[in-house]
Amino acid sequence: MKMEPVLVPQTSFDPMLPFPVAIRRTTWETDDTFTLLMEPPAADGARFKFLPGQFNMLYVFGVGEVAISISSDPQKPNLIAHTIHRVGTVTTVLSRSKRGEFIGVRGPFGSSWPIEKAKGMDVIVVAGGIGLAPLRPVLYSLFRRRKDYGRIVLMYGARSPLDLLYRVELEQWSKLDGVDVVVTVDRGDSSWKGHVGVVTNLFSYIKMDPPATMAMLCGPEVMMKFTIQELERRGLPLEHLHLSMERNMKCAVGFCGHCQYGPKFICKDGPVFSFPQLSQFFGKGEI
Amino acid sequence: MNAPVRLEAEHLGALLEALKRRGYTTVGPTVRDGCIVYDEIYSTADLPVGWTDEQESATYRLKRRDNEAYFGYNAGPDSWKKFLYPSSLKLLTARKSSKGFEVCSETNGAEVPSYAFIGVRACELNAIHIQDRVFGSGQFTDPTYRARREKAFVVAVNCTQAGGTCFCVSMNTGPRVGDGFDISLTEVVRDENHFFLAAVGSGRGSEVMEEVPHSAAGESDVDAAEGLVNETALHMGRELAADGMKDRLLTHIESPRWDDVAKRCLTCTNCTLVCPTCFCSMIEEVTDLGGTTAERWRRWDSCFTLDFAKVAGGNFRYSVWSRYRQWLTHKLAYWIDQFGTSGCVGCGRCITWCPAGIDITVEAQAVVGVEPQEPKGD
Amino acid sequence: MQPEDLSVVLCKHPFTSDLDEIHMKLLVGCASNVTFKDGEFLFHEGESADRLYLIRNGRVALEVQAGERGLIRIQTVGPGEILGWSWLISPYRWHFTACAVENVRAIWLDGKCLRTKSETDHDFGYEMLRRLALVLEHRLEATRRQLLDVYGSEIGVRR
Repeated sequence: MKMEPVLVPQTSFDPMLPFPVAIRRTTWETDDTFTLLMEPPAADGARFKFLPGQFNMLYVFGVGEVAISISSDPQKPNLIAHTIHRVGTVTTVLSRSKRGEFIGVRGPFGSSWPIEKAKGMDVIVVAGGIGLAPLRPVLYSLFRRRKDYGRIVLMYGARSPLDLLYRVELEQWSKLDGVDVVVTVDRGDSSWKGHVGVVTNLFSYIKMDPPATMAMLCGPEVMMKFTIQELERRGLPLEHLHLSMERNMKCAVGFCGHCQYGPKFICKDGPVFSFPQLSQFFGKGEI
Repeated sequence: MNAPVRLEAEHLGALLEALKRRGYTTVGPTVRDGCIVYDEIYSTADLPVGWTDEQESATYRLKRRDNEAYFGYNAGPDSWKKFLYPSSLKLLTARKSSKGFEVCSETNGAEVPSYAFIGVRACELNAIHIQDRVFGSGQFTDPTYRARREKAFVVAVNCTQAGGTCFCVSMNTGPRVGDGFDISLTEVVRDENHFFLAAVGSGRGSEVMEEVPHSAAGESDVDAAEGLVNETALHMGRELAADGMKDRLLTHIESPRWDDVAKRCLTCTNCTLVCPTCFCSMIEEVTDLGGTTAERWRRWDSCFTLDFAKVAGGNFRYSVWSRYRQWLTHKLAYWIDQFGTSGCVGCGRCITWCPAGIDITVEAQAVVGVEPQEPKGD
Repeated sequence: MQPEDLSVVLCKHPFTSDLDEIHMKLLVGCASNVTFKDGEFLFHEGESADRLYLIRNGRVALEVQAGERGLIRIQTVGPGEILGWSWLISPYRWHFTACAVENVRAIWLDGKCLRTKSETDHDFGYEMLRRLALVLEHRLEATRRQLLDVYGSEIGVRR
């Protein structure tokens, strides 16, 4: 195997350096999940322009970085939002951010949801838990160009009513023309009069024209597995199925090796994939 | 200067001097702590003259040779990645400021060492080419690797003996060095003769060679050198049926053999440390006590560690079997999809340095159901 | 050694013990003996499902690969119980993986055979479905109780 060395020129900005951005607001969505709203300086707005599905590396000075999907409107790169689950050291410090404080941002990185390919089709968005966060930019994009798409369905499942994200927006979206929002929880309480059960149950409540439908999924892998089985059963062509995958990320540029899933690097080949790209491995244990 | 030339052993030092005059830091093999490692060498006296190594599964011993060959050994625990892709690298420094913090890259514009690698084997040169692809061929490239790589001068050495765990022939990576060297040497020690058959592979190699005393190589010199390399190819310590290995591994991705290996694997990460192509790293933040200055460091990591695939919701590779599978399947299968070649160069280091005696050639072939061959060798 | 008379075994298993003679004969025609060693798999999720297992001895665990949560065992089935009804409903694929966690002895009934005989003899079909309905009701009840997560922390406590 005789190889020629292959060296290509660098990109224009250094993807390894975090850029300080000011916090505008921290909002609690649930008892352990919050949304960080940031305002890059106007002159740097273009730097953080992103596509729905991409993520940033958020840096807390001296503590570390985490990979978080961007969950704001792609048409407003001057107001970047990240919805974050407070679970470790970095996210705990992030959750205490005050207005005017700075965090470091590297990005955006990764592949994006196929909102162009979905034009002219019905779109089903299926979100589980915090999986709604990386899908919210899709919804903004679809609603902004409403006429370019057919029916839009959002199916959203969470653990309990108190774990639901973006409740005000869910209400607003459900009122839009040709948009169905169906929400379910695994366990309800006395005040909850909505659906209770797994998110796949919700398929009984929506009509679907499979050949003309694009599906976008995000949530825990096992939830996506069952959802895919259900969509397959209903005749959705697998090339119309897209999902966002999660793995441990450190460098975000395809060098540290942590985010590998089979031959794919989730940070640069993903996090959004079409199902056929992953079907060889999806659902298999500990890939 | 295209034809090979004859370089007498006593003039090897002149080669080192010529490189040092040009500002290169000459790094090469030297004996330390009972093995042959790569470090700065100041003269030919630092080379492992008259030493050889005996390698087998979980075994490495140095032994005295019956001659004074400079390069009469095979792959030690070090590989050239320690120079091109250092095990610890400061990436940036951040300092608290009125606008949060200021970040300064420690890699862009950093001083780049000029290395001359003395004694690069065919398998190792292939490993360098593989890492060229890993760090240089994607959307993002690693500036430290590229800068060091561009400067690095390669004095390659054709192997004239096969190691106990070598299988470069199976991986089509040796024992003869391919393209990409500046100077190559084949050492011949025979009767009263001790010389190198030297070939030049680049413009700068040619320039350096001008300053080293050499003479025309006779036909018998060439035959002697070629003969040794050809003979080496027939005495590989291991074999691996590499053809179609990727597809066969993927077909057997859930083989019960993984559980078997898991009973033996200690996840000690020796294999990934010694492997010349493994590239996984971790990113670490370090602060001073005052909390005003922070540094970000990159260090070698290994897919064998427990936390490697950990995420907020759990751990994708909690079990030992899945981590061993990840390493082997990445090396022999996924790598091909990612970078266009196998990740394995058949150097045998992982076999030698695994304390549990796990052998990649045995395991890969067991997983896909190939009968193990009797190991060849003297 | 004489092969076991399967009708004797089936008479002793709670799922089929009260079948009448004619129906028992139909059933035996679909039945075979099988054993699994501790750690052996009965079937894997996604595989073609065409068997109903009547467990005689030993325990079987139903499990699923749950991504970052690793392997989860969601339920076990033991002696006197049955395993597997995916053979009844198209597309006849197993939804979970079943692994023997002890040495297991079982009778397996061929799904296609059962479907065919049920179509021909509706009384037989009714007897099978009635028994299955009882098992399903019991399992659903148990699964709902398992969902309560009674040992877990309180539902969505506010900060």
